[in-house]
Amino acid sequence: MRQYFKNIFVAIWTILIGLKLTFKHLFVRAVTIQYPDVKLKLPDRARNRLYVNIDDCIGCRQCEMACPVDCITIETVKALPNEDLGVTSTGHKKRLWVTKFDIDISKCCYCGLCVYPCPTECIYMTDVYEFSEYNRHNLIYHFSNFTPEEAELKKKEVEQFELEQKMKKAKPAEQVTVNNPENIEKKS
Amino acid sequence: MPEILNVLIASVIPLLFILVYAVVILWVEIKVASHVQDRLGYMYTGGFHGWAQPIADLLKLLTKEHITPERSDKILFTLAPILVFASSYAAYAALPFTSTFIAANLNIGIFYIVAITSFVVIGILMAGWSSNNKYSLLGAMRSVAQIVSYEIPTVLSILTVIVAVGTLNLQEICEIQKGGLFSWNIFKYPPFMLITFLIYFTASLAEVNRTPFDIPEAESELVAGYHTEYTGMKFAMFYLAEYANMFLVSGIAAILFFGGWSSPFGEFLAGPGWGVFWFVSKGLFFVFLQIMLRWTLPRLRVDQLMYVSWKVLTPISFVNLMVVGLWAILK
Repeated sequence: MRQYFKNIFVAIWTILIGLKLTFKHLFVRAVTIQYPDVKLKLPDRARNRLYVNIDDCIGCRQCEMACPVDCITIETVKALPNEDLGVTSTGHKKRLWVTKFDIDISKCCYCGLCVYPCPTECIYMTDVYEFSEYNRHNLIYHFSNFTPEEAELKKKEVEQFELEQKMKKAKPAEQVTVNNPENIEKKS
Repeated sequence: MPEILNVLIASVIPLLFILVYAVVILWVEIKVASHVQDRLGYMYTGGFHGWAQPIADLLKLLTKEHITPERSDKILFTLAPILVFASSYAAYAALPFTSTFIAANLNIGIFYIVAITSFVVIGILMAGWSSNNKYSLLGAMRSVAQIVSYEIPTVLSILTVIVAVGTLNLQEICEIQKGGLFSWNIFKYPPFMLITFLIYFTASLAEVNRTPFDIPEAESELVAGYHTEYTGMKFAMFYLAEYANMFLVSGIAAILFFGGWSSPFGEFLAGPGWGVFWFVSKGLFFVFLQIMLRWTLPRLRVDQLMYVSWKVLTPISFVNLMVVGLWAILK
């Protein structure tokens, strides 16, 4: 019988304790962050969207090789001797046209392994993390200054130049063969 | 003709009150729920703290498709939500909102309310049965078992108040408690009226299926019990009835124990206009308490539920009734 009344008393008492707690929390400041309006500050080393500063890129392909998921595609074209591409901000001389620098960010695993080998520190992680797209193809980012047509043109130009070079090299060799009397004898 | 107009006005005012109150309390419930958990709840709809969200929710429910299960009992299926809402709406007729406004000043007011609200039980059972779904029926049975067993302590505690005040007319009960805080029923026959109030409040929580007695719905475990098969407006009717019932039991608690429309300062701030204010704010306070309890207490087990009703509330309310009755005779 005593236990019965004690139970009732404990029940009422504990309900009051619980109510006190919930009332207290009614006035505690909410921890909610109203996300699109207010954003949490990201940590310094947060890895999010990749960015390439193409002006500094020397086309060394180190990042392409480091990428474990092969999401970086680079195509380069040799600069002609009469073209001066200048230097990067880190002082490296640029010798190659970077005609294609594509990052398929939908494949990217945000490991950051491409960032470390870059000699000119031109590929790095930014703090942008809102880049959803309706079309998957929009997630392939083109960082190169060349359009595909321009790249094609450049390639042809270089091929042309190389062909000319070959011709120049080949011509003196031919003359040698012609002028050599022994060769003539063999031929006849 | 004027008589018909009077009837119309008297019936429309409680309905308007229920609709406005339901929208407000939907918002309050979500807001209290989230702030108790240190969250914000919805913040965008309508601008200030998402005040328009319940309106948007209601519009969504209104535009939803009516789905009636193929094998259901179509007549009962449609009738059930109407009956549930109508019975709680009908009970508002006998609530004195202020000293000059009561839709029906019945001499047996509280008896009428107790009688008419038991129609809710029939409506719930109807809904569970006509859905032709075993889980709906089980949910309805549990709900009915709970409401029926908790009706006994509720009625006994109401009877205790009636013994103390000597009338069934709710307007007269309010009239008797006029004259300040200490003429309220809760302070009469100390401490027995306080115990009566606690019993009434606990039992009424169970009657409106609120936590800790929300086993029939148990939203975290079951799929809403008896109204599983309902969609759209019919579902909204059940919700409306639930919220209307919440204010009904709170209003009765305010009338029986806390003076109804009478001001806590005697003649100060009294009068018909202030009467509405006092009655509604007292009612809303208990509704708020119900909402707070929902976020404070865990749900009871079925056997614990029955234990509380039959072994705690019922015997104590019997003893209470005897003591108050004896005291009233001897006085």
